[in-house]
Amino acid sequence: MSVYEQTYKSYKGPLTPTWSRFLIIPRYAYEVVFRSKLFVGFFALCFALPFIGLILIYLKHNLSALQIFGTSAGEIAKELPINNSFFYYGQWYQGALAFLLVLFVGPALVAPDLRNNGLALYLSRPFSRTEYMLGKMSVLLILLSAITWVPGLILFSFQASLEKGWLANNLSIAGAILLGSWVWILFLSLLALAVSAWVKWKPVARITLMGLFFVLMGFGGTINQAMDVWWGMLFSAWHVIGSIWYSLFDMGVSDDLPPAGAAWIALTAGCLLSLWLLYRRIRAYEVVR
Amino acid sequence: MSSQVQPMTPATPAVPASHAADTAPVISLEGLAVSLGGRPILQGLTASLTGRCIGLLGPNGAGKTTLLHTLLGFYPPNGGTARVCGRDIRHDLREVRALLGYMPENDAFISGMSGVRFVRLMAELAGVPKSQAIERAHEVLFYVGLGEARYRDVGSYSLGMKQLAKLAQALVHSPKVLFLDEPTNGLDPPARTRMLQLIRDIRDAGEVRVILSSHLLRDVEECCEEVLVLKNGRIATYSNLEEERRANRKFLELELRSETEGAAAAFAEEIEARGAELAAGSRQRLKLVLPESLGVRDLYELAAARSVQIRRLDYKKDSLEDIFLKAMEGGDDVRV
Repeated sequence: MSVYEQTYKSYKGPLTPTWSRFLIIPRYAYEVVFRSKLFVGFFALCFALPFIGLILIYLKHNLSALQIFGTSAGEIAKELPINNSFFYYGQWYQGALAFLLVLFVGPALVAPDLRNNGLALYLSRPFSRTEYMLGKMSVLLILLSAITWVPGLILFSFQASLEKGWLANNLSIAGAILLGSWVWILFLSLLALAVSAWVKWKPVARITLMGLFFVLMGFGGTINQAMDVWWGMLFSAWHVIGSIWYSLFDMGVSDDLPPAGAAWIALTAGCLLSLWLLYRRIRAYEVVR
Repeated sequence: MSSQVQPMTPATPAVPASHAADTAPVISLEGLAVSLGGRPILQGLTASLTGRCIGLLGPNGAGKTTLLHTLLGFYPPNGGTARVCGRDIRHDLREVRALLGYMPENDAFISGMSGVRFVRLMAELAGVPKSQAIERAHEVLFYVGLGEARYRDVGSYSLGMKQLAKLAQALVHSPKVLFLDEPTNGLDPPARTRMLQLIRDIRDAGEVRVILSSHLLRDVEECCEEVLVLKNGRIATYSNLEEERRANRKFLELELRSETEGAAAAFAEEIEARGAELAAGSRQRLKLVLPESLGVRDLYELAAARSVQIRRLDYKKDSLEDIFLKAMEGGDDVRV
């Protein structure tokens, strides 16, 4: 159709509420992310353990079903304690999967917009930097929630519904699942976005993220060995979150983890540093000094 | 329109009747100053611009793009403020942005998206509901001439197509004011002609006010009614091209020949005494503006009386180039 046959017509219809517009970003991002069969396969795998947990809880409370599986499987399910340890180790497994998911999705969130000057297009609309970051973060927040606290709470509710009196004694586990998952999700999301904002090339951003988790862990371990101190563990995100989860799930005291208070401070510092780095980078145009 | 709107200025007759009432300033600059990296870029700009299509002219580094970016809220003002359609950029930035459409100078797109998906996303971010956004995206892509290429990845577009895609995303949500930053950059002549045709078409539709920033005088001359010339971050001059055109002030260029040098000088003095406005030129070559009372025939009679031959007589309109060059030669700090 020729351009000269068209005339300019304005849009005079209703507008969407401003508060909801940040959710447009995850909607578009998911269209891209779920196009990858590898990602869809991985995402499905993330629900394997919660599904197995669901079966175990069911079997534990269903004697007739246990008999079908024979004595050995039945004994395992019968002897399996559904307590804070069960949910703590589940949290670890899902938390590690959350890290892998962030490695897959995170680096592609901000870097392409910066590389192609896309930020000027977002920010020239009634759309603030905070909304942009919230939109990009929600891509991860929603995906990570789906594989961490949501299945955790489903398992918790399922167990609570099958065993009378269990809920009253274990209510703190629900809080630990929710709080423990959210701090990990927030930390991972902010860190991934900050790295994505500063490292424009996706593969390099992935390597940087890996480095921050594993090289720093090695660095912290070296400090501990060389100086005979414990605070080197605070460089390791795994030790830090491990300590927080250990205390939240009331697992007792561990010499292999830093104190919970120090871990909370380190995690908060990591989140604030990531947020600051992100805010510095998310601008329509860089000011060259 | 809010109570902060600047006093209205007279409408130009060239404005169609349906839009003649809409003469409140599109952009009001009130001592606007911006510094970037400690360096002053814009210094105390004061102006009130009302046209349907306003040109921002100036050499590279004059502050044109910085002015647009400041109006968009990308850079905070150090002093003064500005209003877009009466909304203060300091206090009502979200409202200001809701009124604007912006076509950046450089390559700008969201990677991994087809043209239609890219424009649809931009429409949704501006508040157009999902169902209407897809319809608008198709419409506007056809309008700018990218209808056939709308399902191709934006990253694979040629430079000219990317410019059109940028125009489409700036238009899709029907802004009240459209900022075009060097829209013909890097375009070949047919693409440039098409882009200018589109800008004129948008201007003539009368629903969008256009601010066209360019260093190309012809682009501005072909599209704009008003021109603000910036130099070193200050307003060098302001010209209402529409009024200039309407007044039809014609410059005459005369080439003279005379037996004695004094005759040509006496001729020049004589016509000046009769009300002609003499511009630059030597005694043998005059540039002048004739008053109503003096005709070309009178000039020939006066010349004959002084034994001066008029060898050549040309009409020359005061072009934008003249306005621009005068502004570049003159001092800074013009208030509009």
